[in-house]
Amino acid sequence: MAEVVGGLGTSHVPAIGNAIAKGLQQDPYWKPFFDGFIEARAWLKRIKPDAVVMFYNDHGLNFFLDKMPTFAVGAAPQYNNADEGWGLPVLRPCRGDAEFSWHLIEGLVGDEFDVTTCQEMLVDHAFVVPLQLLWPEGDAPPVVPVAVNTVQHPLASPARCLKLGRSIGRAIASYKKDMRVLVIGTGGLSHQLDGARAGFINKEFDMECIDKITANPEGLINYTVDDIVRLSGTQGVELLNWIAMRGALLGRVSKAFCNYHIPISNTASALLVLDNEAAEARRAA
Amino acid sequence: MADHGIPGTTIFDGVMARKGYALNKMCYSFNDPGNRAAFLKDEDAYCAKYHLTAEQREAVRHKNVLEMIAAGGNVYYLAKLAGIFGLNVQDLGAQQTGMTVEAFKAKLQEAGRN
Repeated sequence: MAEVVGGLGTSHVPAIGNAIAKGLQQDPYWKPFFDGFIEARAWLKRIKPDAVVMFYNDHGLNFFLDKMPTFAVGAAPQYNNADEGWGLPVLRPCRGDAEFSWHLIEGLVGDEFDVTTCQEMLVDHAFVVPLQLLWPEGDAPPVVPVAVNTVQHPLASPARCLKLGRSIGRAIASYKKDMRVLVIGTGGLSHQLDGARAGFINKEFDMECIDKITANPEGLINYTVDDIVRLSGTQGVELLNWIAMRGALLGRVSKAFCNYHIPISNTASALLVLDNEAAEARRAA
Repeated sequence: MADHGIPGTTIFDGVMARKGYALNKMCYSFNDPGNRAAFLKDEDAYCAKYHLTAEQREAVRHKNVLEMIAAGGNVYYLAKLAGIFGLNVQDLGAQQTGMTVEAFKAKLQEAGRN
């Protein structure tokens, strides 16, 4: 049987992709951010995931406002990156696992999450930057993308996103293949690119989010989407991807590692690595 | 409605998505390098092709992000247009807050010290 062996939240700022392309990992501006991933990669070597489910948001590469799904699940054997229009290098395709995708889709729709299924899906920086950070050699395991709309309101609520994650967590646990699955949520934490409040960052709220994502995700579900925008910024609402990620961790969850650094570009960057002792939890149950 | 009572913030909801559709559609087209080149070659013709409203056309002419947002632009799409002008998100932040880029960057650094 498949099991969720861990969860990970990370920022996905496009400038990170440019910094990687230019080899700036040791640059004083970037080093406090990139150094966090040394420990995350050591952790990955210990937990050895065979597959990844990634909650992220598309920024106008695959989806336009003509058709904007609230939740979309990739069901392709491969996902291509493409030109996003602002100068990021286009990366090589990422492997998918269509059979695993369809199992998750069956589980989600069975749980009344009527998702959009995508047999072709371009993936943008929010998907490829975390893979570059975690598998710089390009040897990431197959990934199932789950795109959460954070562009066009109304957005799904934090409560709904937690439930989405839980549904995926249950679907993973019912997959017949022996597989070690890592769940990733990308984006955030607090930042705002647009409006007179551009540059807004809220360290205090970010700390609350890191604590609650770790130990008490229910503590976030009474926030409305507008509350999160108020507290975390218009793009800080990408926190929804982290909440969904946390929902998929149904075992005993503990913090393995955390790195937080202000600023990367306009963003309070964060990396949170969570152990999920699923097998232990099953034995205890 | 687009005013959700958050200072300095426009929520990109159904009102704004309808208002900004033409502008955002034009910006979405800039994922294609050929379209970026066509815009640079003849901005008027390119904007006309996407049927920008007069308000949107003026905002683009002024390269003014707050005006584009007021005209329904969404920053994820506007960033593609900004890229054509060689502006990054710090430049956009500085413009929208009326600060120099250096002062805007310093403000971001300051947020980490509190």
